Amino acid sequence: MKYVLLFGDTKERAKQWDSMPEAQKVAAYGPINQWFGKYGSKITGGHELQPERTATTVKFNNGKAVVTDGPFIEGKEVIGGYAEVDVADIDEAIKMAKEWPTGGLVEVRPVVDRGEPQR
Amino acid sequence: MTAALVRALGDFDLAEELVQEALLEAVEHWPKDGIPDKPGAWLLTTARRKAVDLFRRKARFREKLALLEGASMRDDMAEGDDRLRLIFTCCHPALSREAQVALTLRAVGGLTTTEIARAFITSEATIAQRIVRAKRKIVDAKIPYRVPAEADMGERLAEVLAVLYLMFNEGYLATAGERASRRDLAEDAVWLAGLMVRLMPDEPEALGLLALMRLHLARADSRFDQHGNLVLLQDQDRSRWDQERIASAMVVLQRAAALRRAGPYQLQAAIAACHAEARSWPETDWRQIVGLYDALLELMPSPVVQLNRAIAHRYLDGAQAALPEVDALAEALDDYYLFHATRAELLRDLGRDAEGRAALARALELTANPAERALLRRRLG
Repeated sequence: MKYVLLFGDTKERAKQWDSMPEAQKVAAYGPINQWFGKYGSKITGGHELQPERTATTVKFNNGKAVVTDGPFIEGKEVIGGYAEVDVADIDEAIKMAKEWPTGGLVEVRPVVDRGEPQR
Repeated sequence: MTAALVRALGDFDLAEELVQEALLEAVEHWPKDGIPDKPGAWLLTTARRKAVDLFRRKARFREKLALLEGASMRDDMAEGDDRLRLIFTCCHPALSREAQVALTLRAVGGLTTTEIARAFITSEATIAQRIVRAKRKIVDAKIPYRVPAEADMGERLAEVLAVLYLMFNEGYLATAGERASRRDLAEDAVWLAGLMVRLMPDEPEALGLLALMRLHLARADSRFDQHGNLVLLQDQDRSRWDQERIASAMVVLQRAAALRRAGPYQLQAAIAACHAEARSWPETDWRQIVGLYDALLELMPSPVVQLNRAIAHRYLDGAQAALPEVDALAEALDDYYLFHATRAELLRDLGRDAEGRAALARALELTANPAERALLRRRLG
């Protein structure tokens, strides 16, 4: 069963991360890389996303596509990245999420499986 | 029985439907043919037979048919395992608390949607939808049907016990007027807690919760006077307490203590036991109660527990000693009516009447429960 783990955090913490000096960032990646290493065999995809300030949204208004600056949801939390995982059930996905090392929050969402062959 | 079928079929709705059909058949046959030696086994066999019939009709269930035909009849032990799986699935933390409660009552407790709706004074449609949504999430998000692994057991068991305690309080805290018309959820919760204890006899917190519930229920009848007014513990007629129930709770609590793993439910039960065993309010062992609250605070630091400790402290050392402990909670508990009601009593004891009345008025603003409101009004005079 496939799930996507969405890694989120408060806007404030995301900004701090964004403005962190590179050397400090490298150190912070240590535990994250460890996590990815530990679950390498379960992870089938995923990326860290560039900060929210880089987001562009295309919104359909009465069928007309309107391009705007910014993310599509304005909230207190932002998505910083995601991982697609292939595990036995939600308990295994929750276990992985609980071990996510950076804090913040992790949303666990099952993907729709129509039994199509993998692309 | 539903549990055994859910495991074999992996399908909640279907299992429930089959059990219903089997029950209908029983209603038809038993009066004519007599009740079979093993009614449970008879029903399970009938439900299984109906499942096989159904799957034969539906080719796409071929896989499941093999599963079902391969599965041998379960003995009582396996039935217990299935029930446990069912309970842990119904109380999975990925489901909302209200869904956990409704699903547990429906699937484990065997209540109908109508009964659950009446218990929560809400519409049948709301409950039905809640259950349907929860079942869909179990399937769509693949919530596993199993007893959690040892590493997760503590957390998952705590979740189950929290669901049962919420269910209990929903019934127990209902006011006198409501109690007449509502199903007694407290009794359902006690039954479920008893089931947990039978299925997991070495879990001290399950025993602790069962003891706690029994101790509360032992006093249930003396909590209201003949006019439906709330009677506080200190004013209750102790001769009306159910001594048999208290004794049965003490046995359970001693079993828990022998396992030597203290926990919040055991400590709360121990506090309730101190009250149950005291011959009168002044003869209560306040020193022990304060000590138990201190132990509880270490496991479960919360302002409400702190407030209760302060109340016990008042009876041990007087209002002067307890007031600062209560005042320290002003920020955390400003929205909690019992904080203001407690403060009001302490202030009155200390002769600070005007402040006491103001606190009482604030308490009154904060509760909607009719019995509690009436009690506060009587105090305001």
